[in-house]
Amino acid sequence: MESRLVYMDHGATTPVRKEVFDYMAPFLQERYGNPSSLHTPGREVRQAVEEAREKTADALGANSDELYITAGGTESNNIALRGVAKKRGKPGHIITSSIEHHAVLDVCKDLEKEGHRVTYLPVDRYGRVDPAAVQDALEEDTFIISIMAANNEIGTLQPVREIGALARGKGVYFHTDAVQVVGQLPVDVNELNVDLLSLSAHKLNGPKGVGALYMRKGVKIDPLYRGGSQERKLRPGTENVPGIIGQGKAIELAVSEIPEKKKRLEHLRDRLIKGLINIGEVSLNGHPEERLPGNVNISFKYIEGESVLLSLDMEGIAASSGSACSSGSLEPSHVLSAIGLDHSTAHGSVRFSLGYGNNEEDIDYVLEKTPPIVERLRSMSPTYRSR
Amino acid sequence: MYSEKVMDHFTNPRNVGELANADAVGETGSFKCGDTMKLYLKVKDERIEDIRFQTFGCGAAIASSSMLTEMVKGKTIDEAARVTNQDVADELGGLPPMKLHCSNLAADALQNAIADYKSKQRSV
Repeated sequence: MESRLVYMDHGATTPVRKEVFDYMAPFLQERYGNPSSLHTPGREVRQAVEEAREKTADALGANSDELYITAGGTESNNIALRGVAKKRGKPGHIITSSIEHHAVLDVCKDLEKEGHRVTYLPVDRYGRVDPAAVQDALEEDTFIISIMAANNEIGTLQPVREIGALARGKGVYFHTDAVQVVGQLPVDVNELNVDLLSLSAHKLNGPKGVGALYMRKGVKIDPLYRGGSQERKLRPGTENVPGIIGQGKAIELAVSEIPEKKKRLEHLRDRLIKGLINIGEVSLNGHPEERLPGNVNISFKYIEGESVLLSLDMEGIAASSGSACSSGSLEPSHVLSAIGLDHSTAHGSVRFSLGYGNNEEDIDYVLEKTPPIVERLRSMSPTYRSR
Repeated sequence: MYSEKVMDHFTNPRNVGELANADAVGETGSFKCGDTMKLYLKVKDERIEDIRFQTFGCGAAIASSSMLTEMVKGKTIDEAARVTNQDVADELGGLPPMKLHCSNLAADALQNAIADYKSKQRSV
């Protein structure tokens, strides 16, 4: 019995690359100084932290003094939205989309309770926000627009540059949750007209529990936490030094490899999509071209996503699903609902997210193991038989 | 997250399929998650002689369906009517809290099939 693991859930998290681990490991042991300390061990670590910050900033075309280290994507999104709203100090209007991650959506819902008004823009059937709809939604007191760079479930890329230009023209802050994009596709905060950007290290083969918030010089914001003067008081607390060092290395590597990796992953992605569609009565969710290089999200008709995942897992294939049964809330994912999927199509959705380490053999393996799983589950389904 | 018994019934479900000459059919859909199930009974002398199911749902829904068919096969209609969703969940060695409603799917399909049987009896 062969036991192999084909990990295709890189949208959830990724393994730390060996080069990254080796680079950060000394900071767990011998280089333990607190970067705020005046002594030599402290000062040496401070220097390493600032180098990591520079690498992270470079990867975005930003200056290192515009880069704030956080505990990850969720914290970056919270600091950006809540922090800007807090500084404003009076109710106003926010524009976002209906397919944002909960780390943006639920913050917006909280801000509504605090008196702000929020427009949740709809998306087309591919999951795209229309920049013209952003334009139309602008109000006198709109103070921030937050639109993700790419959707985590269906992989659809958003017209960030256009929305950024529009926000810039109106003097409204533009925040983008770029957790799924940084390290996958080129990101330049100036080209994209972005004022605030969230990223996370563990999505790009870095460690978990660390991320960053890019914030353009001049953005007015209040911190959410009070404490020491770390991260220029925006995010106080003793630095997660190994994490920061690992993030710097991971992002440097990931960004330097984008041209090669993008080509490779797009090829594997398109092979997988084609092979899965060949099973029959399988549809692609998200945009056919404007999508993340590693994202495959499909719906198998007549069967349910969680039972597909369980079956794949038994064959050593790790994937994920937006079906109601796998959500923990018994609701199909808000993203699949927003692109207009009917309940039963959303029910059969499965996401394979490819990344560093996946190869042709992995695709062969998934394409060999999936059809019999789908066939078996369909043979049990009342909706399949009674067509 | 699932017990060994759930995984066993999910991987090797018992009594899957249709019964062409069924005496009763029960269908149900979960308003909670959207799963659906269809249950077929062959009844002889008030006893469930044969049973088949079809389910569109998650691992817990498929396992609950399979377990229910095993539990009621050979029982009289009246005995079967007393099987609850909790009985099905218990026989499976428990279900995660979020998945308890999946055992309702199986119990409801059975109740619907029994109602169908009884209504046909009356109309004979």
